[in-house]
Amino acid sequence: MYSEKVMEHFNNPHNVGVIEDADGVGEVGNPVCGDVMKITIKVDDDRLTDIKFQTLGCGAAIATSSIITEMARGKTLEDAARITKQEVADELGGLPPAKMHCSVLATDGLKVAIDDYLTQHGREPLGEPLISSDPNFDPHAETHDDACDL
Amino acid sequence: MMHRMDRSVYMDYAATTPVDPRVTDAMLPYLTEHFGNPNSLYTLGRDAYRALESARESIAAGVGAQPQELVFTGCGTESDNSALIGISQMAAERKSRRHIVVSAFEHHAVLHPAEWLAKNGFDLTIVSPRADGVVHPGDLRAALRDDTALVSVMAANNEIGTIQPLAELAEAAHERGALFHTDAVQALGKIPFDVSEVGVDAASFSAHKIYGPKGAGVLYLKKGTPFRPLLMGGGQEFKKRSGTQNVAGAVAFAKALELMLAEQADEAERLSALRDRVVGGVLDGIANTRLNGTGPKLPGYANLIMLGCEGESMLLQLDSKGIAVSTGSACSSGSLEPSHVLLAIGCPAEEAHGSLRVTLGRFTTDEDVDRFLEVLPPIVERLRSMNPLYERMYGA
Repeated sequence: MYSEKVMEHFNNPHNVGVIEDADGVGEVGNPVCGDVMKITIKVDDDRLTDIKFQTLGCGAAIATSSIITEMARGKTLEDAARITKQEVADELGGLPPAKMHCSVLATDGLKVAIDDYLTQHGREPLGEPLISSDPNFDPHAETHDDACDL
Repeated sequence: MMHRMDRSVYMDYAATTPVDPRVTDAMLPYLTEHFGNPNSLYTLGRDAYRALESARESIAAGVGAQPQELVFTGCGTESDNSALIGISQMAAERKSRRHIVVSAFEHHAVLHPAEWLAKNGFDLTIVSPRADGVVHPGDLRAALRDDTALVSVMAANNEIGTIQPLAELAEAAHERGALFHTDAVQALGKIPFDVSEVGVDAASFSAHKIYGPKGAGVLYLKKGTPFRPLLMGGGQEFKKRSGTQNVAGAVAFAKALELMLAEQADEAERLSALRDRVVGGVLDGIANTRLNGTGPKLPGYANLIMLGCEGESMLLQLDSKGIAVSTGSACSSGSLEPSHVLLAIGCPAEEAHGSLRVTLGRFTTDEDVDRFLEVLPPIVERLRSMNPLYERMYGA
């Protein structure tokens, strides 16, 4: 069910850990839902110079966390905050429909860390909408396998 | 004996089992030379018929039923669906009873037809098991009504392995004039199970959980139990399940059950010892772990929680080391809810996400348990080190 690239990033995740003197921190998710991500960033001249993550979650949650650190490194804050869940999934060679919501955790975590940095420096946060905290976010939306309602 | 990959360790016997070579030997002739349709009148058909009926007699003797009380079906799910819908609808028609009761940790093959009935004219009451993983007869009594048509409680739970007090539960149902069905798919052959001793009206069985092939099920329907068939057609199986019978599957089922019963006592002892090693090794060797369900359990079943780890990640990491287990985490199921079984016994969702179900069976060895206990701790440690909340939630 998982692509080779997902398994590669799950088995050997890149940039695991915590940057001790981080410029920004983002923590999203909830253990009741089974996934939590914490992302720490270093910023230089409005570019992400270093990113590390810690994630509690399934294979897809760990793989999307890993790949987004690679995708975002070197990007400007604005570009990094606009990485979409689809781009994350595409970079991994696709995700099973039931796992698409996992990539939301990664993109949201990064947005929160970037806005944390901006706020700490007295600047306007980018305010890119957080999908996972949107009350209308339906993680089931892209799954079609609910046989319960036959 | 078995075709096993080098160093591969299968610990998911509750999901399915490999077909025992003795079972394959028994069934193969009914796929090849004795291929006849048991409903045909010529010799080939009569040979197949005799094999089918002899399998029926053998299984009936194994579960304490009369041969004509057994209906061959396509799988355990079909047996469950047929019992729930077939009995409830007929009982409603004949006796105007329109209430059904099921336990909260039934297999979905029972829960979903129960929910379907609830949308189609029936009242449904769901009884929760307690934290010990057992449905208590008093709790069932409180749920029963004068118009209860059918109660369904499994003989043993498929995720935590807890054995249910079936005789008392069936008695409680009968006191109120309700019929009692049990999904005995997990229990069959592993513990003594006799339909007349426990006094059930219907029971579901499946071959592939007892070293038989997939695609062979049985539904026990006590003589006189109201029933409307789900499959209609040629009227096979006493008009209770139309469709040409899976003769090879029936022969295999009978052989598989015969072996289970012959080896039951020894296997129960061997598998309980192996299970105790798994449980002891995990609880003593890994901090912040616990066992689900304190009630009596099927031999070889253990459902363990590794706090601060997510089940699918553990499963995939174990798989990369050649070990197959299952989990009750949400992520493994395609839904976002963790196991309904674990939630039903009061396990908090954040803990249920970290569950591992380890089920041992006929081909499990001491070396398999050694390997599991060697491979698991570093996986748990690694996943916990990646969990941003682990120290905060569970640290010393």
